[in-house]
Amino acid sequence: MLSAAAKSISVLPARAASITTVGGQAPAALACDKASLAGSVTQRACAFCGSRVVLYPIADALHLVHGPIGCAAYTWDIRGAQSSGPQLFRNSFSTDLREMDVIYGGEKKLGAALRELIARHSPKAAFVYSTCIVGVIGDDVSAVCKEVAAEVGIPVIPVASEGFKGTKKDGYRAACDAVYHLIGSGNTADIPKFSINLLGDFNIAGETWVIRNYFERMGITVVATLTGDGRVDAIRRCHGATLNLVQCSGSMTSLAKRMEKEHGIPFLRVSFFGIEDMSAAIYAVANFFNDDVLREKAQQVIREELGALVPELRMYRTSLEGKKAAIYVGGAFKAFSLVRALRSIGMSTAIVGTQTGDSGDYETLENICEPGTIILDDSNPLELAKFCLEKDVDLFIGGVKERPIAYKLGIGFCDHNHERKEALAGYVGMLNFAKEVYATVMSPVWQFTPRRDADELFSIGAST
Amino acid sequence: MISSDPPFSTAGDETEPYPNATTNACKLCTPLGACLAFRGIEGAVPFLHGSQGCATYIRRYLISHFREPMDIAASNFSESSAVFGGGANLKTGLANVLRQYQPKLIGLATTCLSETIGEDVPGHLNDFAGSPEGAQNETPIVPVSTASFRGTHVDGFHDAVKALVQSLAKGTPESFPGHAPIAVLPGMVSAADLREIKRIAREFGVPLTLLPDYSETLDGPSWADYEKLPTGGTPVAAIRALPRSRAMIECGRTLAYRGSTAATVAKDKHGVEIHRIGLPIGLRETDALIRLLSSLSGRPVPHSLKLERGRLLDSWVDGHKYVFEKRAIVYGEEDLVVGLASLLAEIGIIPILCASGGKSGRLGDAILSAAPSLKGRCEIRSGVDFAEISSRGAELRPDFLIGSSKGYSLARKLGIPLIRCGFPIHDRIGGQRVLHVGYAGAQQLFDSITNALLERKQADSAIGYSYL
Repeated sequence: MLSAAAKSISVLPARAASITTVGGQAPAALACDKASLAGSVTQRACAFCGSRVVLYPIADALHLVHGPIGCAAYTWDIRGAQSSGPQLFRNSFSTDLREMDVIYGGEKKLGAALRELIARHSPKAAFVYSTCIVGVIGDDVSAVCKEVAAEVGIPVIPVASEGFKGTKKDGYRAACDAVYHLIGSGNTADIPKFSINLLGDFNIAGETWVIRNYFERMGITVVATLTGDGRVDAIRRCHGATLNLVQCSGSMTSLAKRMEKEHGIPFLRVSFFGIEDMSAAIYAVANFFNDDVLREKAQQVIREELGALVPELRMYRTSLEGKKAAIYVGGAFKAFSLVRALRSIGMSTAIVGTQTGDSGDYETLENICEPGTIILDDSNPLELAKFCLEKDVDLFIGGVKERPIAYKLGIGFCDHNHERKEALAGYVGMLNFAKEVYATVMSPVWQFTPRRDADELFSIGAST
Repeated sequence: MISSDPPFSTAGDETEPYPNATTNACKLCTPLGACLAFRGIEGAVPFLHGSQGCATYIRRYLISHFREPMDIAASNFSESSAVFGGGANLKTGLANVLRQYQPKLIGLATTCLSETIGEDVPGHLNDFAGSPEGAQNETPIVPVSTASFRGTHVDGFHDAVKALVQSLAKGTPESFPGHAPIAVLPGMVSAADLREIKRIAREFGVPLTLLPDYSETLDGPSWADYEKLPTGGTPVAAIRALPRSRAMIECGRTLAYRGSTAATVAKDKHGVEIHRIGLPIGLRETDALIRLLSSLSGRPVPHSLKLERGRLLDSWVDGHKYVFEKRAIVYGEEDLVVGLASLLAEIGIIPILCASGGKSGRLGDAILSAAPSLKGRCEIRSGVDFAEISSRGAELRPDFLIGSSKGYSLARKLGIPLIRCGFPIHDRIGGQRVLHVGYAGAQQLFDSITNALLERKQADSAIGYSYL
């Protein structure tokens, strides 16, 4: 039975082409990869956000936001990224531009702020993020960075992350351009042949350490991690690695392509979420190096991990069999992995959408999802609520902005963005994921929520 | 006003030891405050004119505190809007919000981007009114200028409230055929605080217009079906009828120093009788509100409130020795800091450092007028960030911190308790339910503070103890 809201919420005509149903009668290509419709209450952020999230985990760098206070305040230690050493990245530094700076320009303040902060914190490098307003008042951020770098003797790197330049995706590219300034400047003499860089893993809840451990057990050296638990010196020499592994393809493919072109390092796109994808990533690396000992070690790692995991997963699968999920995440690769990971614990995906997917990504989703699954690009709270009600899902996987949509309707929710504190990557991550899904979907609280328990005596209706 | 006697030297109100960089801000930007205030109007959709990132970040930030849906629309500037202006995007955006939400009000706040490029918002709204979508529109659109390079989120909040009064209050006598209500402008307090103020007004039997009122829109019940616009909030009709108020009470001691606020607009334009008091936090500041309500309603203080007050004092006697001359650092929005400092002084705690990211220039005066006993006993700093609060904290060695959850890392570093209150509380459940105001709020804060100190004493003792 359709709820009143599910019927009454209408999709804006300009949004209709960005929504499709798998196996529906009109298999036209999904409209995607374009600017968000004004007034649509998009879940997307801006270019600044994209740059900030990608560079943020470089732990021994100074991250200075050049702009009014909001942009820095809202990104203060926002992510679950961890560092095995320096914690400098967890601070929020801002030039905190005021009216006079906007009128007369912020260059002098920026130079002074950099000198002040670099003297106070002795970072290995500094990133300077441009915000909307800096793009408009025309501060020459590059010139200031160059001047200060020459003076203090560390790289001071401008990040062209003006918010209005586009969506998160445009910010990813600006971040990759910025980090590329470091690459190629370190000594690579002692890097062995079996060596990789991890690109696009952000060490949320220590995930980079989990993945690093698998590869090190295989005898592979991890030269640099970009940017989870990132260090400036490691990034400086990462062009000496033999292979780049790109996990979050949306954020880091442009850097991988550039390193392939400039330094001849090939890359593989992988995912570390779920049993299938994690194992595929390990095998892909072993096959790339084409070494029998390595292959054997890869098998051994997978055998050990699965041996411990599979019996534990069985109980969760039994309980969760047949439950339905909605997925709305930033990047498409994460969505693919989640569809597969949910399947491995017995659940199906009824709705799946992303903020930044492209047409190829949505084709892949149509191929891996069951008929009837709704696919969405750049969605918003009303659409998500409408389809959750229509499909009567048991679980929503998304980020902080999606959480209250689910909870208000009495739907379980798992955080799968960069603010979460639970590691979900690798085999141990699969177990954590299953435990978390189980803990929310099977919770007894849902039976009391109004959508499930319409007790007339307690209903809050029009009569009040 | 502020003593400079060592060791409690006061650095004055305008100190900025690091003038060029802010490290871990103790403030947020103006559009956030405006969005929060607009959320307290019935059926309202906050709308930001600028990049979509601002709306997304502010949504995320507010959701993490209130744990409620927080739809904020934006005109989604692109690079070309930044160059050629955002008029077209604004009109499309407004049309889409009207179509999809059917709101009762749109609160339109600017951002640093639209302010800097000099967007003519009234002009755009005129154009919109002349367009096919706009011509049919009867929903009020209330614009407010919130350039984030000017002021803090508190300024954005108060400016939005003022804009609502300025553009809507017209005085329609038929709106309130019965008793003229008392209007209370509570300032930026929690959802629980708003409910408490409403409860107190009910005890006096007076009709009340609370502006804004997000007690339900940002702390509502679970839903049977999805609500595009959460129920609750100040009705637009009640704002329109504000000129007919019996009186208007505006809370916030630093706010009262401002020349122009929602209350002064109501007074100057409509002749409304206004009263400007502090946030009713602690005994005396609550007494001031109660006294005012008693006199405005012409009714004696109800027995139930007298009992509450009596119980509060009884608990203060029971617990006084555990808190006496304990030293605290208080931080947050200026008016909240004033209220908390006042409460602490009443129970014998010394707020050795009162700090705010806000910079009205009046924090010191406001604290000392609310709590004269603090003269020469506390350091007052405005316009500061957490880097400075932390460095002073390390020197001052307080017994506890009281303020938002953003003081967590300092509390951890110093190994002292943090009493979470104010906004934001991102690392605990229930930030919206923290009660600060009224006798009940003073009770809750007193119990939290005392028990945190007792817990620490108990934990630090070698064997622990089971009786006080």
